[in-house]
Amino acid sequence: MSTLAPAPSKTTTSEIPELEAVRAKFPAGSILPQDGLDQPVWIVSRDVLFEVARELKENPQTQFDMMLDLCGVDFPDREERFEAVYHLYSIQRKARLRLKVPLREDNVVLPSMVKLWKGLDWFEREAYDMFGFGFDGHPNLRRILCHEGFQGHPLRKDYDAQRRWILTEDKIYTPKFDLPDTGDDMFERMTINIGPSHPAMHGTFRLTAVLDGETIIASDIEIGYLHRCFEKMSETHSWQQVIPYTDRLNYCSAFINNVAYCKTVEKMLGIEEAVPPKAVWARMILSEFSRIMDHCVCNGTTLVDAGALTNFWYLFQPREEIYGLLESVSGARLTVSACRIGGLIQELPPDFEARCRRLLEIIPPFVDDVEKLINKNRIWIDRAVGIAAISGEEAVNWSWTGPCLRASGVGYDVRRAHPYDLYDTLDFEVPVLYGGDVYDRFRIRMLEIRESLKMIRQLLDRGMPSGPYIVSDPHVALPSKEACYNEMEAMIYHFKLIMDGIQVPEGEIYSMVEGANGELGFYTISDGTGKPYRNHCRPPCFPIFSTFPRLINGGSLSDSIVSLGGLNVIAGELER
Amino acid sequence: MSQPLTQTAQTASAPAAAGRPVLKSPYPTEIRPYKPGLAERLYLPLLGGLMVTMRHFLANLFGRNKMYTIEYPEKRRDYSHRFRGHHILTTRPDGSVRCVACFLCAQNCPAECIHIEAGEHPDVNIEKYPVVYEIDMLRCIFCGYCVDACPEEAIIMSNNYDMAYFTRDQSIVGKGDLMKPFTFDEDQLGYRPRFPEEDVQRSKMRRDAFNLVEAAKQAQEREAAKAAHS
Repeated sequence: MSTLAPAPSKTTTSEIPELEAVRAKFPAGSILPQDGLDQPVWIVSRDVLFEVARELKENPQTQFDMMLDLCGVDFPDREERFEAVYHLYSIQRKARLRLKVPLREDNVVLPSMVKLWKGLDWFEREAYDMFGFGFDGHPNLRRILCHEGFQGHPLRKDYDAQRRWILTEDKIYTPKFDLPDTGDDMFERMTINIGPSHPAMHGTFRLTAVLDGETIIASDIEIGYLHRCFEKMSETHSWQQVIPYTDRLNYCSAFINNVAYCKTVEKMLGIEEAVPPKAVWARMILSEFSRIMDHCVCNGTTLVDAGALTNFWYLFQPREEIYGLLESVSGARLTVSACRIGGLIQELPPDFEARCRRLLEIIPPFVDDVEKLINKNRIWIDRAVGIAAISGEEAVNWSWTGPCLRASGVGYDVRRAHPYDLYDTLDFEVPVLYGGDVYDRFRIRMLEIRESLKMIRQLLDRGMPSGPYIVSDPHVALPSKEACYNEMEAMIYHFKLIMDGIQVPEGEIYSMVEGANGELGFYTISDGTGKPYRNHCRPPCFPIFSTFPRLINGGSLSDSIVSLGGLNVIAGELER
Repeated sequence: MSQPLTQTAQTASAPAAAGRPVLKSPYPTEIRPYKPGLAERLYLPLLGGLMVTMRHFLANLFGRNKMYTIEYPEKRRDYSHRFRGHHILTTRPDGSVRCVACFLCAQNCPAECIHIEAGEHPDVNIEKYPVVYEIDMLRCIFCGYCVDACPEEAIIMSNNYDMAYFTRDQSIVGKGDLMKPFTFDEDQLGYRPRFPEEDVQRSKMRRDAFNLVEAAKQAQEREAAKAAHS
């Protein structure tokens, strides 16, 4: 039986001249380059962090214009106990960089970088909430995912995962507004709450808006009603047991989350190349079907918000059929858990290809019908064109990814920029539109559905690869049941895998796939045991939703409802 | 109004004055919204839309059996052989529980909903059996990890998704209830390690494919023979 493959080759910063040029501008010792499994890593001293970040962003040689992610890590044994981890990305250069800032326990204040990247606003609040980091100069540093009455910082290692708090109404989030100081018409202002439980809020968000007549002049959002701290739960469960949790992130396309997480762990194990072709093939087909499903849900519900109910029924019919396909593979419709680390849950059903072919017949007529009803319909055009518009430059600054970013004229797609699996062998286009409004976000999803269908057709034409559905490495995948019932060795592996879990080698990795609403990344740290040391999810809709007040301020109240639908905010992923 | 405008212009040029070159953004800084044409402004495409809805209306009116909606309690969806529903504890031929209380399912459960208390089995070859085996159906997330973990095929799933309880206590289902319905026939079974139905289907498909190939071969041979004859 085979053993674990050697860890993948490491990249270092010294090989990249652009980064070295930036490093030379700062005092020696303030930036330490480090080996990374997936991307260059810099350990930056806090004193120069802001300057380094600004240089990296504004230097034309580096152009790190997107701040993808910020999270904290806790190492109680180290002298510098905490680490703030920033993930930078340059769309132009397709380059990534991880900045790590070590912090001592007695001083956990960092400079706030909201001035450079507005998308960091909520990420910094999250790091404050989860780890207690301070951010000097942050405009609204309050808890975001936990209740205001929550005590302690849940992702610190000394916080007991079983701890319970009684949270009462006397400490609730009070919205913070930047009210324009006009001085007149004060009597006309009215503050209203939409949500948390309101049919127009897709999920449980609370939007507080100050209205002047029908116009929103200021607004604030409160989230966290669905927060379950999945990252803390990951730390107390084995690597394999995290997969059902990932189903519940973006539950409209649960399969893509499974793939993203499994790929992350496979990279850490160094078995990415060993995943059988059949598993890769099926993962791609089901991912694309999940994307279609997610776009159908998003566009259908957006149109419901605008009053066009018919399209909702048309778009939900293909979704129903895709659920049938997922159920025939994994046994569940919504929370599929259809991936395992190293492959798939089960052998594919015998009628898998026939079902996929049938879906390719069924889906296009519904998409055509909706486009015929909507695309040139003036009622929809009047409701959607120019609503909640954002330019590409601003969207990048707010860390947008996915269809919403592509509707603003920036053609960043992980499948094209950093092809994984077989995407580099497929013939597909990345649709880009330039309106940046609700109308173009709607249209780009329709175009992407067609691109996904094109990809699935190409994959099906290649035929199902033969071979196993999961790696045969007994340190990763459970032995087959026949072997387990009959052979002593397989039985021992079976017990070892379930009692101790997969032993993932020490290291850290950030791995991403193109989720249905943007770049879905997992930043995972292993300490060499059977459980993740830290498992952080980069949720694509988190920075997108943080832009919401900026999008709706100045518009009318009814437009705010339509713009929420177009952003495709999924509470399960937003609040984790 | 002119005063605030000049102010913004000044603040915009401030970074350039501070010695930092202002880069030209590689991304679109302005939005270019969709511009509707004349026909759209005259609401003409709505007629096409009305045709679409009318087609669907007539199709649904005269083809009700093709509709996607199901009148639920009377009719039910067909699920595959893999549906992950209510659990079943399988039995030995003598009707006793097959589980040997190895705790692998409880260990592998991400929701921690399985509670087992082990006891000594009178048969020394079996050693252990579960005195108590409870699943909290309100905690269970139906992921099938218990089935994957079981080394004895003692726990499998059915395709029963009707689980409603009057009290929370009823949701904790014990050994008796998990074993009781062993009147299960084949098509009520759900997620489990082996799917004999699928194997039958697979071999049938293989046989059909084989037959097709054979038929083609025979036809070819016939053609060749005919050609040789002439």
